[in-house]
Amino acid sequence: MEIVLAIMIGILYAAGIYMILRRSLVKLILGIIILGNGANLLIFLLGRITKGSPPIIPGDLKVFEAAYADPIPQALILTAIVISFGLQSFAIILIKRAYKVVKTDDLDEMNAIDQDS
Amino acid sequence: MLIAILLGFLFSLLLVFTGKFFKGKPGIISAAIPLVLFGYFLQFIPEISAGGTIVHSYSWVPSFGVNLDFTLDGLSLLFSLMITGIGFLVFVYTAAYLKNHKYLDRFYGYLSMFMAAMLGLVLSDNLITLFVFWELTSISSFFLIGFNNSNPESRKSAITALAITGLGGLSLLAGALVLGSVGGSYSIDELMNSSGEIAASPYYILIAILIFGAAFTKSAQFPFHFWLPGAMKAPTPVSTYLHSATMVKAGIYLLMRMTPVLGNQEFWNSTLIIVGSITMVYAAIHTLFRTDLKGILAYSTISALGILVFLIGQGTEAALLAAAVFIVVHALYKATLFLVTGIIDHQTLSRDVTILRGLRKVMLPVAIAGFLAAISSAGIPPTIGFLGKELTYESTLALVGTPLLWIALILITKILLLHAGFVAGISPFIGQLPERFEKTKKPGILLWGPPIILSVAGIVFGVFPGIIEGSLIKPVVAAMGQDAGDQHLQLWHGFNTVLWLSVATIVIGTVLYFTIKPSQKLVKMVTRVEYISPESIISGFWSLFNKFSSLWTRIFQNGYLRNYVSTILVFLIGLTGYVLYNTANFSMDFSTLSEITVYEIVVVTILLIAVFFVVFTRSRLAAVASMGVMGLAICLIFVFYSAPDLAMTQFSIDTLTVILFVLVLYRLPRYLKLSDYKTRIRDGVLALSFGSIITILILEVLAQPVNMEISEYYAQNAYLLAHGKNVVNVILVDFRGSDTFMEISVLAIAAIGVFGLLKLRLKKTDQR
Repeated sequence: MEIVLAIMIGILYAAGIYMILRRSLVKLILGIIILGNGANLLIFLLGRITKGSPPIIPGDLKVFEAAYADPIPQALILTAIVISFGLQSFAIILIKRAYKVVKTDDLDEMNAIDQDS
Repeated sequence: MLIAILLGFLFSLLLVFTGKFFKGKPGIISAAIPLVLFGYFLQFIPEISAGGTIVHSYSWVPSFGVNLDFTLDGLSLLFSLMITGIGFLVFVYTAAYLKNHKYLDRFYGYLSMFMAAMLGLVLSDNLITLFVFWELTSISSFFLIGFNNSNPESRKSAITALAITGLGGLSLLAGALVLGSVGGSYSIDELMNSSGEIAASPYYILIAILIFGAAFTKSAQFPFHFWLPGAMKAPTPVSTYLHSATMVKAGIYLLMRMTPVLGNQEFWNSTLIIVGSITMVYAAIHTLFRTDLKGILAYSTISALGILVFLIGQGTEAALLAAAVFIVVHALYKATLFLVTGIIDHQTLSRDVTILRGLRKVMLPVAIAGFLAAISSAGIPPTIGFLGKELTYESTLALVGTPLLWIALILITKILLLHAGFVAGISPFIGQLPERFEKTKKPGILLWGPPIILSVAGIVFGVFPGIIEGSLIKPVVAAMGQDAGDQHLQLWHGFNTVLWLSVATIVIGTVLYFTIKPSQKLVKMVTRVEYISPESIISGFWSLFNKFSSLWTRIFQNGYLRNYVSTILVFLIGLTGYVLYNTANFSMDFSTLSEITVYEIVVVTILLIAVFFVVFTRSRLAAVASMGVMGLAICLIFVFYSAPDLAMTQFSIDTLTVILFVLVLYRLPRYLKLSDYKTRIRDGVLALSFGSIITILILEVLAQPVNMEISEYYAQNAYLLAHGKNVVNVILVDFRGSDTFMEISVLAIAAIGVFGLLKLRLKKTDQR
């Protein structure tokens, strides 16, 4: 399964990069989101995957007795998801405002406007 | 001693506030500073000549081994006295030369800043401190050369000088760092003790080249010499002070300082001899082709610096003695000639030797100074110049190898320098006074006093060499690790080869003076071959470099995000791909992998379809919806692999993002395909290769064993220490609580930003 996931992550990265290379601002953001998801999964997979044993200590025990999934990558990814939401929401609003001002979402045209002023 | 060095800096700072006061007559008061310093350094003579050194140490950046260590030994003392002594005369002279000049206060500020930097340079025992002062001299020299800042030529010369000497400064820093790490210390004094190790180290050649780079640029050695004639655009006091007596000697000082550390090696000696001899002959020949007095003096200065480098390169005790004497000789006569030239320029507004004649009738004291300096430069007894020349011949005769060649070169140089000295110091004063100069005003004592003092000193030291021998010259040789022993400076050595060489120099030089007269014709001859001079070659390089950098900027800094991203990606793919190709073994232990189940495959397929849709759909809404699907698929993957917290977070965030997108973006223009087919293919290839690299990387990492130590610590202690059973939550809110707090702050800032953007109401004029 790891190999399938590795290929999937590669595809996510490729899709993200491809979208970032587009001229449309909206696509740029979608690209960043895809790339972010790919990165999260990358960390997740590199922490090794374990089925059916979440890192939660069973009810009456004080320490783990059976195998458990690595909690550190999960903590890292949780942080990453939340932070990337902050980035996304800010970027989305920024696009909206930028569009209101310059009436385009084409990065190249925005460049041209920047140079005029 | 720190105060002595800082005095100049403090004074220039003071001028910022009291500039107006010093602009008028009181300007001459500022000359008190170099005079006081001169006196201060004079009092050390007895102690230094007795073989002592004076060390003052102040801690500056001890953690990097950088201290303000100031050492006064024979070498430093000679330079300090020259800097302050000639400094004093130049300060006095300036008061008259730039009388009522608009920016006289600035001039004094730069000049005293330069003096302080120069003192710091020759007194520093620490290589890094030395570098700092070295750069300060370059910078103050930049301001002084560009002093007439309304003249474009003058600005250009200033920039050329700064570029060349600044380049040398970088070379000095690099050399100092390598030297420091090889020798284990930045203190020159300590480095002298480890000179054996340094010479044996594989970096010796590198260090020597870097130090040469610094010294040759500063002291205008071929092929870096051309900034010096350009620097003659500066007012004459500057040319006197910086470009003949002191700053250009900083490179000489560095070489002398480094002689005990790096010297006595084949590479060191032969490079210096070769570069020095090329410079001295090349520049001496150039003096024939100049009609501008300052141009002649500039090239004869370069030639003299070449002689000094040549002598240091010989490295013998006799040669170093000759170098020490020649520094004094040259400072005295060249400063005089510059000052004389300045007076002529100031009074007659001309520096053209082809028209200046008979000026003795209007400025007799100046003519005397010029004459004395010229015979000192010619090395005619009883001047100190004669001593310097004799010693030079003597040490060159003792050279092993091919002394005949070197003798011939130095003879040619000396003859041409004699010619140059006569042209600059004598020819403007003899002959018939042209009508146009008859009304020339007589210069004041402030102008002719300094050159008279300097030129008379040249005679006095020549007649009584004992005055400077024990007190100044021998300590210099001692500071370079050689013992001058019982050699005595004297005018009469008996009838020997050296004497005959001297006679030959004087006779041939005088004949040359009467046969070759400077003329426009000769100037034209040299401009014809200008295109192969180092100056034109280097300026050609510069314009090439400019073109190259603008091309570079246009390609890499073009303001398009996708180009930056592509550049970074291509580089990353290339580099990572290369490393992977060389090191990866592509072997995997399939038994450790988890098995593939149907529902996992279904989820992965859904995810891939969603990604495909996001990328290729023409509808923005479809793209956003597919993105939501993709998020949910990832959410399911988290569920499969024991990460319930992640699944929950991913689910809520994904939903929020989709809602936000839909709310905000439905008003945007149509979702166009802006790129053409070719671009899309190119980007696709780039993206896919990057994706493949990532996949290969993951597989490589998965083949490595995993370290669970930290995870185990958290898992074992989650309940025992933090009393929580969900380990992920415990890590976030307890073990790494402050990180989470920071994260919340980031989110809060983003939220404030979003709120601000939403509330922003633009004025009509800001909208387009």
